[in-house]
Amino acid sequence: MSVQEYWIAFTTIIHKEINRFTRIWAQTLLPPAITMTLYFVIFGNLIGSRIGEMGGFTYMQFIVPGLIMMSVITNSYSNVVSSFYGARFQKSIEELLVSPTPNWIILSGFVLGGVARGLTVGFIVTVLSLFFTDLHLHNLGITILVVLMTSILFALGGFVNAMFARSFDDISIVPTFILTPLTYLGGVFYSISLLPDFWQGVSMLNPILYMVNTFRYGILGVSDIDVVYALSAVAFFIVAMFTLCLTLLNKGKGIRS
Amino acid sequence: MTEAHSSQGQSAKALSIRGLKKVYANGFVALKGIDLDVEQGDFFALLGPNGAGKSTTLGIVSSLVNKSEGSVSIFGVDIDKDFSKAKRFLGVVPQEFNFNQFEKVKDIVLSQAGYYGIPREEAKARTEQFLKELGLWDKRDNAARMLSGGMKRRLMIARALIHKPRLLILDEPTAGVDIELRRSMWEFIKKINREEGTTIILTTHYLEEAESLCRNIAIIDQGEIVKNTTIKALLQQLNTEVFIMDTSETLTQAPQIEGFETQLLDEHSFEVVMQRGQHLNEVFAQLNAVGVSISSMRTKSNRLEELFVELVEQDRKKHDAANKESDQKDKVSA
Repeated sequence: MSVQEYWIAFTTIIHKEINRFTRIWAQTLLPPAITMTLYFVIFGNLIGSRIGEMGGFTYMQFIVPGLIMMSVITNSYSNVVSSFYGARFQKSIEELLVSPTPNWIILSGFVLGGVARGLTVGFIVTVLSLFFTDLHLHNLGITILVVLMTSILFALGGFVNAMFARSFDDISIVPTFILTPLTYLGGVFYSISLLPDFWQGVSMLNPILYMVNTFRYGILGVSDIDVVYALSAVAFFIVAMFTLCLTLLNKGKGIRS
Repeated sequence: MTEAHSSQGQSAKALSIRGLKKVYANGFVALKGIDLDVEQGDFFALLGPNGAGKSTTLGIVSSLVNKSEGSVSIFGVDIDKDFSKAKRFLGVVPQEFNFNQFEKVKDIVLSQAGYYGIPREEAKARTEQFLKELGLWDKRDNAARMLSGGMKRRLMIARALIHKPRLLILDEPTAGVDIELRRSMWEFIKKINREEGTTIILTTHYLEEAESLCRNIAIIDQGEIVKNTTIKALLQQLNTEVFIMDTSETLTQAPQIEGFETQLLDEHSFEVVMQRGQHLNEVFAQLNAVGVSISSMRTKSNRLEELFVELVEQDRKKHDAANKESDQKDKVSA
């Protein structure tokens, strides 16, 4: 295939993915908007006003970056896992497998589809947060970079889940039992400096902590961890996950007998 | 280059399979090292009972199944060396519906064009052309799940043709399709075989279809090719043929025809068993002599079907005998 043909195949997959999540917007875009609005009202306004300052900011200002990041992570992941597993389940993935589209384009297309949904929801949540607090960007470059890298990483995670899943139950196990706890314990609602030393150490093993804090640094300029270290770690995991996904695709895991 | 009809592989066989073997993870041997050639422009039937290895073979050719051993070339391009190029020659209509049921009909075809790198405007023109030819243009904005079974089959044909493949694989495309629709589908497929020169490989359980459409045939059973020849040559191997004859006269017993076995079916029809080398003229001459006039006549069952059953039974007996022999050897050595 020529470069132009690669591009057409790539944009076709992305176009199809964006069509999918916008067609079912009531399942994909509306729920996070409602959930995050409730977080802003309950945790930010009602409870937050009694908590006082955290890291030198109001509690609402403190939790907004974490909640935006939580939306991006959850939606990037769930878009790819449901779309790719759905394609496996309905066998429509065969449309791509019989075509000359190379596996790296298939993977990139699905991942970018997940990123598109993650960023769309992230944007919606950001706009909603403006009804509750003012946001001042400390570092636009880092904010965009970390949200993009996080979205890519979790879209790849969703892809791995979709390849190993054997039923629709399997695509909800990881988000429910791993992703959500790690996100809640990843410093979305609190600064880890509030924790005893032992639990601070345990928290440092949580990869989501690094992403949430780096994003918070981009917006507020404060972070519990080193930003450069966090970005390097995310970049490393992106390369590792992309390689893993491509290897699984080439072997035909879950898609070829 | 988006056209599959390039000069690549002009002299090569449309499909060439050598020593193809497939062993599934559970140890089941689906293919035992088959060889198969399909000439360019052919209308080829691949027949076999359920589980014989047809879909596995076609799955390997279309990259949906990983092979264990052997080689496959499509128009001279080895799938191990350049599968991407080989796939350009190939269009696949699978046995089961394999599209997103919630997508619009036109979007399914358009996306497939995109996967082959066909520019959007050209893809739109081709989508319109094929959906019109297959009678689906009015349904273009409907979700695929709203289509009838026959329409879904035609949608898969339109999708498989969007990149104008040189080799079209049809895996039981008329299963569950009514007679009228089946005939119109065959007219369409015959047309692209005749006018575009597209090579067709067909699997079907309707053997009369294979007999009327295909020039060459391979019969596969238990992972082995048991016959690979022309339909004509195969039918010449038929040893026995049974004809049912209808008469306006009322019969109490089947007419006695010397040299032929006859049997009364009801008071107005009887069957005649003919061996190879015997002629219908002899039958009619003797019936005339005894004053029985024939108003209509038909074969009892499809001729290819009889041969198919015969060949598969022979193959099974051969396998059973080989298995018994092997068991006996094991007992002796034990």
